[in-house]
Amino acid sequence: MTGVQSNSHLLLSGNEACAEGAIRAGVRFFAGYPITPSSEIAETMARRLPEVGGKFIQMEDEIGSISAIVGASLAGLKVMDATSGPGLSLKAEGLGLAVMLEVPCVLVNVQRMGPSTGMATLPSQMDVMMSRWGTHGDHPIIVISPCSVRETFELTVKAVNLAERFRSPVILLSDAVVARMREKVVLPGEVEIVNRVRPAVLPEQYRPYAAGPNGVAPMADFGSGYYWYANSSVHDENGYEATSKPEVATRLLQRLHAKIYEHLNELPQGEAFMMDDAEVAVYAYGITARAAKAAVRMARERGLKVGLLRPVTIWPFLSGLVDPYVSGLTALLVPELNMGQLVDKVREVVGGRSKVESLSRYDGQIITPEQILVAVTKIMGR
Amino acid sequence: MAKPAELASTKELIEKYIRRNGVPSIWCPGCGIGTVVGSMLRAIDHLRLRQEDVVIVTGIGCSGLIYNYLRFDGFHGTHGRALAIATGIKAANPRLHVVVPMGDGDCAAIGGNHFIHAARRNIDLTAIVINNQIYGMTGGQSSPTTVQQSRTSTAPRGHLERPFDVCELAKGAGATYIARGVTSNPIQLADLLERAMAHKGFSVVEVLSQCPVQAGRRAGRSEPWEMLQWLKGVTVSAKRGTDDVSLGKFITGELLKEDAPEWTEEYDKLIAIAGGRS
Repeated sequence: MTGVQSNSHLLLSGNEACAEGAIRAGVRFFAGYPITPSSEIAETMARRLPEVGGKFIQMEDEIGSISAIVGASLAGLKVMDATSGPGLSLKAEGLGLAVMLEVPCVLVNVQRMGPSTGMATLPSQMDVMMSRWGTHGDHPIIVISPCSVRETFELTVKAVNLAERFRSPVILLSDAVVARMREKVVLPGEVEIVNRVRPAVLPEQYRPYAAGPNGVAPMADFGSGYYWYANSSVHDENGYEATSKPEVATRLLQRLHAKIYEHLNELPQGEAFMMDDAEVAVYAYGITARAAKAAVRMARERGLKVGLLRPVTIWPFLSGLVDPYVSGLTALLVPELNMGQLVDKVREVVGGRSKVESLSRYDGQIITPEQILVAVTKIMGR
Repeated sequence: MAKPAELASTKELIEKYIRRNGVPSIWCPGCGIGTVVGSMLRAIDHLRLRQEDVVIVTGIGCSGLIYNYLRFDGFHGTHGRALAIATGIKAANPRLHVVVPMGDGDCAAIGGNHFIHAARRNIDLTAIVINNQIYGMTGGQSSPTTVQQSRTSTAPRGHLERPFDVCELAKGAGATYIARGVTSNPIQLADLLERAMAHKGFSVVEVLSQCPVQAGRRAGRSEPWEMLQWLKGVTVSAKRGTDDVSLGKFITGELLKEDAPEWTEEYDKLIAIAGGRS
């Protein structure tokens, strides 16, 4: 892939589409560390960024790379880093830092089979809970998951925009298949761009952690004369140390959550496919959703009323995708490339209104449409 | 960078750079960090760096709280990561003077990898390694610069391991400016910090400093003046020659200065070759 043309047919991998999406969304700094199966994102960024006046740096380790993007974002750039499971474990620290400092940044996690080094080249969806709770302390996080090369491009743009909108880290949760398969795509001529809100007040009046009307505090670039304190310890609205003030800690954590949870309608919900008359829904995301969609079509050919619910935003969990359909369903089937992670959240949200069944695979192989069809058929007693 | 004819008074420095509602500081009476901050502010002021162009990046520990009292853009965050954060800030905006005060634990233990690689890259940052040979804030545990046999809360029978020489470590890793100062000589320290900040490339100033409460107390030097007397005794200026090295003293002063390609300048050339605009 060289300087990518819009509106022409391209054969891209998910990782290449991710890098191109980042460039188009305005990312101008990428810090990375090599890891399979995400390295092509770093390689593509290393080549592309200087062409648009941006910078790429290969840091000494995974912690260094997420730290560097936090620094570059403080200085005003849109930033990204990419890794896979073992790297995500190390970046947990930096994610919490970005949450607490409220620094916009995108972290791509291309899931591979684990735990530990696991199966480096083979896919999984085993980082679903890690992406939600990987860093310590109560924190909100936005996680979105693409199921195709084209959607990887779109959601990378979206991830950058959401990070800027919410002053928050955003995780793009890909997997080894979506990241490395090649698909024909046509990239759009223009993409929507969102820029962080910068302060409109004088430096003396600036409060870097006081929420504006959109729930988020304006963010000044380091070097613009605002003299603000990016402070990872509990801080007041000015950023100053408040590590022995319970009421300040309460307000801070509540505000960190509210800025996202009070604006859930701004997150991409996902897709409901053939759900209008469905008796059974397959609830699937990422690469597994591709197989699920094929399975739904096969089921429909056999006269089975089966639909697909495909969440794009994984965290926060958006019950709005499920709620309108639950009363008409006898069961939801949740296929995942793990031992059952998001299925627990689906069960919690469905709350007994319908059966919820898990279909697990955790051997580094993908779930096939046939496997899903067999499971659906069994659920429907056919 | 034209210099002002006269040095600013302490009062002028305080009014310009100290955030008045931040003080009094959290540091124990007799701590050396305040001396380092004073010398750092003198260096910044004497170089006439624009206040909005200076960013102070700190890590964790007693030195990690330096920013609490200052009026610059500043960062206080994860333990050991200050130089990695600073690398991102500098890469994003090379106009900024990024000054990175760290403790010996922050820099040479948990942040050791970032330290040697920032030096290898020769990115234009100024690392100030405040070396009091102890983890002060967490209660006096051994650090990578704790000298053998000294007692700490994690070495109650004496510390077994050999200490790092921070300046030698920086040299081996490729830093292009290296100096050692000591809190018992704040005038020399301000001069060294000024030279380090003016240097284009990765600069390191190790500052031998005192922690009377956690280190001194266990060494029979719990009074700050005893610590300063001790620091005077274990250091010798580079100008006096190196005869004292054999006696195990620390040489203070400028230890290395060399010109080498700097990371952000080299990257700008790469952008020009790639056809981008920086």
